[in-house]
Amino acid sequence: MSEGEIKRVVIIGAGQAGGEVAQRLRQGGFAGDISLIGEEPAPPYQRPPLSKAYLKGDLSMDRLLLRPASVYGEENIALLLPVRAVWIDRRSKRVRLEGGRELPYDALVLATGARPRKLPLAGADLAGAFLFRTAADVDAIRPKFVAGAKLIVIGAGYIGLEVAAVARQRGLEVTVIETAVRPLARVTSPEVAGFFLDEHTRQGVRFVLGGAPALIKGQERVTGVRLTDGAELPADLVIAGIGVSPEVTLAQQCSLGVDNGVITDAQCRTEDPFIFAIGDCANRPMSHFDNRRVRLESVHNAVEGAKIVAATILGQSAALEAPWFWSDQYDLKLQIAGLFQDYDHIAFRGVPESRSFAAFYYKAGRLIAVDAVNRPGEYLGVKMLIQKGLSVAPEVLTDESRPMKELVAAAR
Amino acid sequence: MPKITYIEHSGKEHIIDAPVGQTVMEAAVKHAVPGIDADCGGACACATCHVYVDPEWLAKTGERNSMEESMLDFANEVEDNSRLSCQIKVSEALDGLIVRLPKSQH
Repeated sequence: MSEGEIKRVVIIGAGQAGGEVAQRLRQGGFAGDISLIGEEPAPPYQRPPLSKAYLKGDLSMDRLLLRPASVYGEENIALLLPVRAVWIDRRSKRVRLEGGRELPYDALVLATGARPRKLPLAGADLAGAFLFRTAADVDAIRPKFVAGAKLIVIGAGYIGLEVAAVARQRGLEVTVIETAVRPLARVTSPEVAGFFLDEHTRQGVRFVLGGAPALIKGQERVTGVRLTDGAELPADLVIAGIGVSPEVTLAQQCSLGVDNGVITDAQCRTEDPFIFAIGDCANRPMSHFDNRRVRLESVHNAVEGAKIVAATILGQSAALEAPWFWSDQYDLKLQIAGLFQDYDHIAFRGVPESRSFAAFYYKAGRLIAVDAVNRPGEYLGVKMLIQKGLSVAPEVLTDESRPMKELVAAAR
Repeated sequence: MPKITYIEHSGKEHIIDAPVGQTVMEAAVKHAVPGIDADCGGACACATCHVYVDPEWLAKTGERNSMEESMLDFANEVEDNSRLSCQIKVSEALDGLIVRLPKSQH
């Protein structure tokens, strides 16, 4: 596919991934039509601050936007909001919108994101029970998010713990319910999870671990949560952060391959050469990890997918990064590079008690990931090593007498 | 509103009105100044908003913080006047600020 053949790009999904494709195409000199279709009323915005500065009230919607709304008109990007795409006809290469309008495409980008899982419980629809995905969700939560209010967070992943941290900083009483026996069970090691559990406990968060909610109590409004063991906890608001499911309805409707996200190749191309899939909804092989297939929910993945697609349409190539993530909780900045799954060895630089340490993950002797808490150098150093396909032995990397920069420079 | 001049590595200049309270990175990204990626949106997580502060402005933009210092350790072609633009807050005192952009953020 070369630029000469592509005159009309339609992007379904106006989150960070979709927004970045449009922007990068224009920045790269693409002169054809770009349509960006989103279900939310707001132009593309950053989601990570929703559970951080935006929830805290430190960041306005204006600053959340990737770019001011006016830019889209100036750059001749047709921003269709809030509009739902309901049908893809691959044969005639058209997307149908609700209301019947049809948009022809030469290249189609699925950036449909993910939907938060709903609690499969009675009472989940009561006033005061919230999901946590969009700016509108947070706008609805904020009036209830006041000092003294009793908050129950269901799910101890990054979203749940970030919400708990902001809540404590705002003076709410916070209980976190998690069905696993430790927080962050899906996303980090027991050691790092234990560190965050200790920190939250010290900050006054109560945890119910290995406990499952049975129902959300209340007549019109939430008044509490009953656990499966019969215990009842009072609550003024309940926030569920129990993960997301990739939004693949349209991909399935037009018979594209789906397996934990829309299946793509390393160029983010689906089995239809005229359709790409990127961001939370897509599942692609990761070049730095032996082309293992993953579906990542992250800014890195959203931006990288956008870079790849824009470059492909423009007939260029994009440099790939090692996956990276971050989480802010209290005064702790957790920075993650790589993919830690299947690690067989963990090594530490610094000690958790000092609130500044890095956990390095190895698999078969090869460095595969880092969790760095207040240790940006260790984070960036490992990210660079992974990108270069290099590894440094644990006994070397944990030697604090040698600066990280030197260790990375010496790696072969 | 303070004006900030961003000079691309090629020499191309962008003069941007930067709202007080936002960061030097945000003003650039919102106006699509090429050469500042800032993928993380200013969380000091990606080190892709590296700029060189014009020497005459160094005193007014202040010192690097420790997190920024560690991140810059791993950036390309770091100079004494290198900063992460997400860590420089726009104020009236920075009206006229000039920053230059590196060849690449990666």
